[in-house]
Amino acid sequence: MSDLFGTESWWVVIVKAVLIFVVLVVYTLFNIWFERRVVAKMQHRVGPNVHGPFGLLQSLADGVKLALKEDIIPTAADKVVYVLAPIIATIPAFMAWAVIPFGPEVKIPFTDTVTPLQLTDLPVGVIYVLAVTSIGIYGIVLAGWSSGSTYALLGGMRSSAQMISYEIAMGLTFVSVFLYAGSMSTAAIVEAQEGMWFFIPLFPAFVIYVIAMVGETNRAPFDLPEAEGELVGGFHTEYSSLKFALFFLAEYVNMVTVSALATTLFLGGWRAPYPIAFWDGANEGYWPVLWFLGKTLAFIFLFIWLRGTLPRMRYDQFMKFGWKWLIPAALAWTVLVMIVRKVQSDLTLDRQTLLIVAACVAVVLLLVSLIPESKKADEVEDEVEFDAFAGGFPVPPMPGRQTSTDRTDQTETTATSTTSREE
Amino acid sequence: MVTFWTLAPIMVLAALGVVLARKAVHSALLLAVVMISLAITYASQGAPFLFAVQIIVYTGAIMMLFLFVLMLVGVDASDSLVETIKGQRMMALVVGLTFGVLVVLVVGQGVVGVSVGLGEANANGNVYGLAALMFTKYVLAIEFTAALLITAAVGAMVLAHRERLVPRRSQREESARRLQEYAETGRHPGPLPTPGVYARHNAVDTPALLPDGSPSELSVSRVLRARGSVREGFEGDVGQTLRQLDPDDPTSTIGGSTPRRGGSGRTEES
Repeated sequence: MSDLFGTESWWVVIVKAVLIFVVLVVYTLFNIWFERRVVAKMQHRVGPNVHGPFGLLQSLADGVKLALKEDIIPTAADKVVYVLAPIIATIPAFMAWAVIPFGPEVKIPFTDTVTPLQLTDLPVGVIYVLAVTSIGIYGIVLAGWSSGSTYALLGGMRSSAQMISYEIAMGLTFVSVFLYAGSMSTAAIVEAQEGMWFFIPLFPAFVIYVIAMVGETNRAPFDLPEAEGELVGGFHTEYSSLKFALFFLAEYVNMVTVSALATTLFLGGWRAPYPIAFWDGANEGYWPVLWFLGKTLAFIFLFIWLRGTLPRMRYDQFMKFGWKWLIPAALAWTVLVMIVRKVQSDLTLDRQTLLIVAACVAVVLLLVSLIPESKKADEVEDEVEFDAFAGGFPVPPMPGRQTSTDRTDQTETTATSTTSREE
Repeated sequence: MVTFWTLAPIMVLAALGVVLARKAVHSALLLAVVMISLAITYASQGAPFLFAVQIIVYTGAIMMLFLFVLMLVGVDASDSLVETIKGQRMMALVVGLTFGVLVVLVVGQGVVGVSVGLGEANANGNVYGLAALMFTKYVLAIEFTAALLITAAVGAMVLAHRERLVPRRSQREESARRLQEYAETGRHPGPLPTPGVYARHNAVDTPALLPDGSPSELSVSRVLRARGSVREGFEGDVGQTLRQLDPDDPTSTIGGSTPRRGGSGRTEES
């Protein structure tokens, strides 16, 4: 943790805060364009390509149009909360960026001031991000409630249940990172990844985090709070104009926030990726900002890719997955990491021995998974002779089922198949 | 000090609002404001970990559950004022007064005496100091609290658990049952008809019209029917149109005078 945090002059802090805000808003405009172009490519379309170079100014035009639309407040709405909700959703999304490191210490051009490319650092930086994002959920839930509409209420409900569930799994994956880094501060975690990025030793935690972050940001395939097939627009059904734009902004900033957190925790933060890292100057000056934004963009691409590929999950399946698979897996992984760390420090095992043990365990697990499962005894139902007029209504046979006319022709084959099944 | 004098009025006002607000959701929201302000005062007093945990646990999880329940139940201004537990108000008064005395004593001690040792406690960083205390001196208390909380969670689950008495019907059995019912009673096995969505009334409270011009009761939700908010008066629509098309046609009186309820070949759902 740099000594400069908390002792910088006020204008440096203000400049950094404003820069973060500007970067995030511009990044959001870029991401909207990026998403539309990438999804279009995946669907063999062109996407926005008219306004500005490559259609880059399309989001700007759309934003202006959105802001100029009529602002509607429904009669059934609870007015104070209705106006407050989009603000509550947006502000925490930006606040989380106070502790995200963009790069190492740099010299501000035209001055002699040296400053880290991070607004501030907290000893509990990552937990702070978790706390702030949990306030952002209020915006969505309150929007759902205050709209006075059933669709919006259901959307708000879903989103609160979903975010609470997936936040648990997300928080548990942080624990293993804290154990490896020995700190909860984002700057210290990036520092600890000098030798190896954490996604290699902590791969399961990385996978769980990536799944949980998609659930946390309400993005496809987990975009149940705004499932347009069931809930029209979900929590933002009744919102229009700038209030809707704020929700839109919050969603995209949240997407970038969780991506940036994933980069910071697992992908070495602002450190240069593998081939470039051999160049000595890669981790100095303003270059790290580029690596950082590049890695973040890779995650954004993942989000878009998922959206272009996967259908939306059913709500009960989604909850079952979160509570019965993701959280137990995250818990088991956390316990495993704790045991390994304890063994490492007490018995002073080196990495090689650990890797051999891990490989042995993996081989054993693989062998166990190869043992064929004993077949269940639910085949009895198929033995019932097929009746084309079951219940007095004609039904076609299920695929692979023998009808009575077939049966007279192929008595032998049926006989052999039944005997083989009995074995 | 600046933080305190900024936040204290907000907190007092919000706390008053919790008690005085008419809507339960507003009370819950103001309580969240108190909690967040409290968290910020923790942070300003050199307890960043407590700040984050306060927000995550209380504001993020517990208050969210409160809100969730409030929204689900839909508690509004009209709450029953009947005491369900006898002597509840008396007990609340006693406990409240005791708590008030306790708070005054503790705050008085804090104001009169000067608290020392913050620098020592946070020597290795706030998180280390907290962890060292929690896992050495107070480890027993922590374990007991954990056991209590887990017991409470398991207890809640046991109380809310409902045994499944009959096996769940699979999708296949369900469709077989539907066809069986169709064969026996003639009840349509497919989904219910959609409401009448046409040029004039694009809404779910408008019943669909059957070929003879009578409205289909199945096409509107039972809830809307029970509330009495279903649009009526479409019985003559088909006949009217037919009359306009061909005034001499004798069949154009269909559905005009005696509207039939329900659909053809379809039994009404109760």
